[in-house]
Formats: sequence, C-alpha cells, structure tokens
Amino acid sequence: MAKPGVRGGLRLDAHKERSTAQALRAASSVETLVLPLDQHAGAPAVPLVKPGEQVLRGQPIAEPGGAISAWLHSPASGTVAAIEPRPAPHRLGAPTLSIVVANDGRDERYAQPAPAPFDQLSPEQLREIIGRGGIVGLGGAVFPTAAKLSSAVRGQELRLLLNGAECEPYISCDDMLMRERARDVVFGARVLLHALTAQTCVIAIEDDTPQAAAALEAAIAEAHDQRIQLRQVGSDYPAGGERQLITAVFDVEVPAGGLPADVNTVCLNVGTAAAVAYWIRDAQPLTNRIVTVTGDGVLEQRNLDVRLGTPLAALIYDCGGYTSRMSRLIMGGSMMGQSLPHDGMPVIKATNCIIAASALDLQPRAAEMPCIRCGNCAEVCPATLLPQQLHWYAMGRDLDALEAYGLMDCIECGCCDYVCPSQIPLAERFRDMKPALTERLAARGSAAAARTRFDARTARLEHIESERLAALAKKRQELAKKSS
Amino acid sequence: MPFATAPAPHVVAPSSVARVMRQVLYALIPTVALHVVFFGPGLLIQIVLGVVTALAAEAAALRLRGKPLPPFLLDGSAIITAVLLALCLPPLAPWWLVVSGVAFAILLAKHLFGGLGANPFNPAMVGYAVLLVSFPARMLQWLPPNVAGLEPASLSFVDTLTTIFTGMPPARFTWDAITSPTPLDALRTDLALGMTMGEAHANAMFSTFGGKGWEWINLATLAGGGWLLALRIIRWHIPVAMLTALFVCASIMSAADPGGYAGPLFHLTSGASMLGAFFIATDPVSAATSDRGKLIYGAGIGVLTYVIRTWGGYPDGVAFAVLIMNLTVPLIDRYTIPRIYGHAR
Repeated sequence: MAKPGVRGGLRLDAHKERSTAQALRAASSVETLVLPLDQHAGAPAVPLVKPGEQVLRGQPIAEPGGAISAWLHSPASGTVAAIEPRPAPHRLGAPTLSIVVANDGRDERYAQPAPAPFDQLSPEQLREIIGRGGIVGLGGAVFPTAAKLSSAVRGQELRLLLNGAECEPYISCDDMLMRERARDVVFGARVLLHALTAQTCVIAIEDDTPQAAAALEAAIAEAHDQRIQLRQVGSDYPAGGERQLITAVFDVEVPAGGLPADVNTVCLNVGTAAAVAYWIRDAQPLTNRIVTVTGDGVLEQRNLDVRLGTPLAALIYDCGGYTSRMSRLIMGGSMMGQSLPHDGMPVIKATNCIIAASALDLQPRAAEMPCIRCGNCAEVCPATLLPQQLHWYAMGRDLDALEAYGLMDCIECGCCDYVCPSQIPLAERFRDMKPALTERLAARGSAAAARTRFDARTARLEHIESERLAALAKKRQELAKKSS
Repeated sequence: MPFATAPAPHVVAPSSVARVMRQVLYALIPTVALHVVFFGPGLLIQIVLGVVTALAAEAAALRLRGKPLPPFLLDGSAIITAVLLALCLPPLAPWWLVVSGVAFAILLAKHLFGGLGANPFNPAMVGYAVLLVSFPARMLQWLPPNVAGLEPASLSFVDTLTTIFTGMPPARFTWDAITSPTPLDALRTDLALGMTMGEAHANAMFSTFGGKGWEWINLATLAGGGWLLALRIIRWHIPVAMLTALFVCASIMSAADPGGYAGPLFHLTSGASMLGAFFIATDPVSAATSDRGKLIYGAGIGVLTYVIRTWGGYPDGVAFAVLIMNLTVPLIDRYTIPRIYGHAR
C-alpha cells in the first residue's frame, strides 16, 4: 500500500473530437478588451497607465503588486478607456478592478527591449525576464511562472515536467497547441531547462492524442535536444492533475502540503512553455491564449487564438452563436469548470475552455439521497481519500474528523461526485467545508508560532536570569573572599 | 446573455440508489427460482407478505419522520430487506412470522437509526435474529428438498397458502410428515448426539458436497453474486474474505478430526453461506468501508459463522456473525483508513 502509484480516476467521454476537427484560427478582433488586474494567483497587479492614455500592443499596463504577482500587457493598441470594476469570470461574475482598453484596430506594437539569446543569460536573469512577460500557468491555476521557477531552485538537481495531459472532458486547447505549435513548446522547454539549470524535461501527454504525439516527436527530433523526451500516460481523468501526473511519470508522490519541488520537479503546462517561447524568442508577452469553444450549445466547435480581454460573448459569436439548446455556460471542463451567470465577461489568462452546454452535455442530477456507503467514491478518489466518510463528517461539521480524513488533500476533481449513486454533490460539499478547516489550521499555525515565540522568550529570560544569578553568586564569592 | 449556474462537476454517471437496489434484486432471481424448485411456492408467498409489510412499514416510518415518500419508498432498499428475510424463513412459516420480522427490521433496525444509509445493523438480519430467538420452533420447521430419494409430501399452492395463513398444515398432513431440518441443522444435532460425520452423512438429505437442494441454491446465489461483482455493484473483498475464512476454519477442523467436523465444501454450499457472502455481508451501509476494512470484516463474519454453526445452538451462524461484525465496523473503519496520497504510512 505504501508504494506510490496512480490510483482511482475515471474513464470519461472526452468530447474533444468536434473542437479538434477544425484548425486553430485567430479570433476576430473586438473593440473593447477588459483585463482584470487580479487574473493571476497572488497579489493583484498595479496599473502603470491612466485612463485616456495611449497604449501599444504588448505594452506593459500593470506591474506585479507583490512577490507573487504578474505583469499585464495590452493585447491591442488603442486607448485606456477606464480602470474600473468589471464582472470577471474568476469571480463568477462579481466585479473586480480591470483595465479597459479601447482597441484602435491598428495593432501597433510596443518596442520591447531586444531579447538576448536565452542561453547567454544567467538562469537568474532568465527567470526574471520570464516574469516580465506576464507569464503565468496556463493550465488553469495561473500561478506566476517566474515565482514558481525561482522558488523551486534550491540548489538541487531539478527535472522539468511539461503537462500536456489534458484530461478533463471538452478541453482541447493544449492538444491543438501541441498539434500545431509543437516547436514552440519544445523551444519553451529549452528556455525553461536553462532557467532551472535542469538536465531533463519530460513532456507528458495522454495516450489518446496521437497527432500531438507525432508533432512533438518531430519537434523534439528537429531540436536535437537529448534532454527532452516525450512520455505518454493513461487517459483516465484526472491524469493531468499535477500530483497525479508527477506520480505517473516519476513514480514519486508529492508530500502532503508540499510542492513538486520537494520531489525535485517543476511542473508547467505546455501552453505556459509556448508562452515562454513567444516571449523569449519573439518578444511577445502573454497577451493571447488558445481557448476551446465547445459544447452542443454553440454552433461551431473549435479552438481560437484569443486576445486576453475579449468578451466571452464575442467568442460565441465568432463560432456562429448559440444554438437553441444552449443552457449552461461553463469556463473550464465539465468536471471542474465553473458555471458562469452571463457571457459579458472577458477571456482571462485562466480561460482554457468555454463550454456552451446543452442538456445533451449535462447530466441532470436526480434528487439527492442519503449515502449508502457503497464506496464507489473511495474507489475512484485519486487522493485515496474516503469521500463517504468525509461526507458524513462534513454533514456534522466535525473539523477534527475532516482533518484526520484528509479534507485538505482533496483536489476537488469531482470523481466521487460523478460516481455517487445517491447523487450527493460531494465536490461542492468539500469545497464548502475547506475554508472553515483552512481557517482553523491557520489559527493553529499562528498559535504554534506564538507558542514557539513564547518558549523562546521564556528560555531567553531564563538564560538572562541564570546568568544574572551566576554573576551575583560570583560577586558574593569574591566579596566573601575579600572580607575573609 | 444570462444563464443559470450550477456547481461542478457538470456531468454525473447515470446511476441511482434505486438502480443499484434493482440490480441486487435481479441478482437474487436464480436463488429464488431454485428455492421454489426445491421447496415449493412457499417462498413466493413469504416474499409477497414481506414486501407488502416492508412497504407499509417504510411508508409509515417515513410519514412519522416527516420524510417524503416518493424517492424513499421506491428506492428498493425495503424490498431487499423483505426478500432477504423471506429467503431465510422456512417456506411454510406462518404469515405473522415474516410480517413481524420485516416490520421489526424496517421500523426498529432501519428507521429508528435514521433510515436509509444510517442503520448500523443489517435490518434483515436483525429481523431474522429477533424471530429466531423469539420463535425457535417455528424457525426450525424447514422442508425436505423436492429431490429423488426424499419424496417430500407434495403440498399444492393452496395447501401452502392455507398452511401459511392458518399456521397449521391441511388436515391430511402432519407437521412431522412435511417438515425436515436443514442439512446444517441436522448435522449439528447429529454430531451433538455423538454421531460421527460418516454416520450422520448416511441420511438421504446429504449429497457429495452438502445437502441436496441446498448446494444448488448456494451455487445459484454464487452465480447471482458473480453477476453483481461483474456489474461492480459489490466488490470482491467481503465475499472472498468471508468464504475464505469459512473454508479455512472448516478445513482445519475437519483435517484435525474428519469424523467430528463437516468439511469446507459442505460449509460453503450449506445454509446461507453464499447469500451471506454476496448479499448480506456486502450490504454497504452496515459493512466496513475501506478495502482492508472489508477484508477484516468479511473474514470476521466467516470465522464467526463457522464458530456459531459448529459450537452454537442455532440452525445457521450467518445472521449472528453479520450482526456481531456490524458492531465492530466503527472500530475497523477507524483503524483501516487508507494511506492518503502524499502522506507517510
């Protein structure tokens, strides 16, 4: 049982054939682009421009607002129309401070500083420059890439894992990227290897994407880089989960509460690697990304190369509009994607897929029944949790038990939910319970820190006191000696 | 454009509690069919009585608890309880036996603890245990199987119905003429009287493996259980652990004293061995939950079944073995939490 290995998971219908049947093409240009300042993980970016200011395509318009934050660049030339709260998809439609750029349609480019060949830069310099490209993880977690690279480098031998295992149903943006732009992925891999001073890179893809495999094989051969290899993994969901993929490829488990760097691994999405290539090789910062537009609720299913800030409604329009069967708008895949209240929100760096779902794509949930402890959920859980027990303790809000049964190790993949015969929304329950447990663990963390501080202070005071007493005793002795 | 929102995941497998329960019921069809072949139509009447009682008790309990009838009444769980209990009763048992047993199972063993999913004990086995300790004489009035060499009195459907509803066989039959202990019960009594296995086995009710009729019913149950395994409605851990434990116990004892103890094949094909392994011990609500836990739980049932059958005073040991192991489930669950990804063992 102690042996690491990929556990659980589901074989799901991929629903990717229709969106990958059409070649990648650029989305139509739109008049207004909305760029939320907090669209990456970490601190929100701080605007560098003011309303009314002219901007060029690729011009930095916001700088990092903290150690973990990211640059933001204008995806088009034009004018800053406003800096104001706008509904954002990652806030599920709630407004968040955004830079609004009125596109003048001229696409005048900002003159970036001339890039030096990457292998002539030091790894530190290269990492810093990657940060200036506004690059964040494009697999969906949008963690600032430069911060990830820098925090991983601790003097150990690192290996790079590029995640092309796009396991969630409906999403095909990485598949299309690898099919059509494999060279860019491989170039990005070489840049990242240098930035990490790493000697091996594994590009992991699922075994059901033969075209991507062929394209990558060719690109790797063409690059003559022995450090990069392609690896196919099984296509059971969630094979592309960071931890699951690391275990599948390297046969190690990322320790609980730890990072991939703890097992000498840096895992990045293939799209992130391509973004690094565009920036380091072509001086194009992250202003575009590939978005899959799919589902039975949209007329034409395909992948589009989209400027960040483009309204979702424009993407749908670009794909022929909604069908009469359209019912639910989802950003992400069908298992973990978030359902959005309207389409008036922009594409952000995290937008990998838009599903315009009809009743054909959705499985209506029957009425929830009590858990019968059938154990289907435990069998599919990739984290080897016991979701049926977690559910029981979540109902009783028993935080001790939830902690003991590993709620914080839940990756919210939704596998348990999918197989539950009682139709219990387990993933939602677990998501809902996590904040309470996090808060408690944080409180305990600060309590522990306070105790450490207190103990240290006590020890310090005791030390001072004992020294004082020793000095006093010495003095007394000396006095006694003198008087005698 | 506005849209209604919903939490992820946006797709779920098309399964339901009712569907799971239906498949369990289908899997019992071979067992019921062979039971009727060997013991006549009594079981069918018992099942009808049991199911009607179960649904009435379920409806009453749901009403009292202020729960909606539609999803729960037809989820099939009460029906399974009734069918499993009916399968454990003598086919000619009086109507009030199955009615009171099922009512007790549904009202007390199930709903008093919170209904579907919340009962710590297997309701059918609670019902059976209550009937066995309360009305032992009635519970022992089994029939001889309808096979060549035993020539059982042939009761028509009407005779059967009359017997069940009046509590007495029709005038032309006597209880002694129509009833017979089960092979398991007969063997236990004979061995207790000092007979050897060889002497006891001379009785025409025994065959090569087990008791005539019973071995076929057990094989039919095994087939139904195999189908449930193939459908992944149940997992292999509990049945395999229980049957292995039973096999091992019986092998050791019969190897040590072949004259004093029945062999492993007799145990596997007798009484409720297969029914217990595939349909009763596997009731997920009252069973252990992790794979390791299920192995311990199943093995415990196997050992206890053997002990109660061999040294106990009851016609079979499955029911008490299951109930005792139900008691240990919280403890087993607590000590068999699987290692979580990324955690040290």
